[in-house]
Amino acid sequence: MFKNIYNWIDERLDITPIWRDVADHEVPEHVNPAHHFSAFVYCFGGLTFFITVIQILSGMFLTMYYVPDIINAYASVEYLQTKVAFGQIVRGMHHWGASLVIVMMFLHTMRVFFTGSYKAPREMNWVVGMLIFFVMLGLGLTGYLLPWDNKAYFATKVTLEIANSMPVLGPILKELMQGGTIVGAETLTRFFALHVFFLPAVLLILLVGHFIMIRRQGISGPL
Amino acid sequence: MSSHNEQQETWPEQPPDRKEMSRRQFLTYTLGGATAFMGAGAILPMVRFAVDPILHKKGAGEFIKVAETSKINDQPQEFTFELKQQDGWYASTATLTAWIRKDEAGDIYALSPTCKHLGCTVGWNNDKAYPDEYHCPCHGARYTKLGKNLAVAPKPLDQYKIKIENGWVYLGDVVPNTEVKKEA
Repeated sequence: MFKNIYNWIDERLDITPIWRDVADHEVPEHVNPAHHFSAFVYCFGGLTFFITVIQILSGMFLTMYYVPDIINAYASVEYLQTKVAFGQIVRGMHHWGASLVIVMMFLHTMRVFFTGSYKAPREMNWVVGMLIFFVMLGLGLTGYLLPWDNKAYFATKVTLEIANSMPVLGPILKELMQGGTIVGAETLTRFFALHVFFLPAVLLILLVGHFIMIRRQGISGPL
Repeated sequence: MSSHNEQQETWPEQPPDRKEMSRRQFLTYTLGGATAFMGAGAILPMVRFAVDPILHKKGAGEFIKVAETSKINDQPQEFTFELKQQDGWYASTATLTAWIRKDEAGDIYALSPTCKHLGCTVGWNNDKAYPDEYHCPCHGARYTKLGKNLAVAPKPLDQYKIKIENGWVYLGDVVPNTEVKKEA
């Protein structure tokens, strides 16, 4: 049945070449763990992407219960965590995935570095990768404040003090991130907006660039 | 061993034409199955999380003390009372209204003022053109004092579950109207 539906659509829109471009490509021997087990180091980029997809999905579901407001934020997180079925699991996925994505991304960066894959002609992809790294750190930073508990509050205070210590621009940058003169209601809504709209949008654009470039240039050769 | 050889000789030269799965098909099923399993493991908790509100058990509402029976007569009167409600993480008090009246047999009943057309709030005797009727200002729905729908609305007004104790009227959940049928 699926085959019939697929054929019906394919006859009209000719979709086979599209997914062939995306999915049908050879995996070179030196990156295939079936040939050389040590080639598992080439999996970290894909794992980072896999966890990113889980972060996006679990994050979307969490916003069904979460409110970015200083009165209700903690109460809503406590409610979804303790009263809603699988709340602990879904929030757990987002919580642990946030750390895991940084770990995987770091391992991926190490692999690219030690295999020299950042060298010509792939310099631009390294730069985009670094931008993704900073966006991910930004997502981690802004997400950390959202439960609005003591840890979140003081971690954000510390972050903003670090920003403040920057010469000349520091105080302006701090107030801009804070959305006012204290860490409070406006900081929370600001961090929420960055966490769920601005940074994910930037991340997706960068990821598309990252993937187009890797497809254009192919995986770097063996050592 | 000789029997073994004999058996081998009796085999046909071509292997029997069994319906075998090709290597490609086996790999497709295995990889597809493993992917589906992992995908389900990630997605199902999220789906259960999202549909939780419709699977919550609704507790039967409690009865709330509303009015003294001595104050109820055969004219509908408006009484307000407060209902404590828990809405997710938000606890609040909702102010509800009931129109309470004693019927010809002396039984007390309480109508809910939520219009059965589209949910606005009706009032008693609030339209000069139609005296002694419940009237809804939104689309002109009208009801008799028993709650029977006369115009616009498709159903009679709902009523509260009622309990009389020690000279007080207690109201509970909102249920479909039974007064209209009682009359007929």
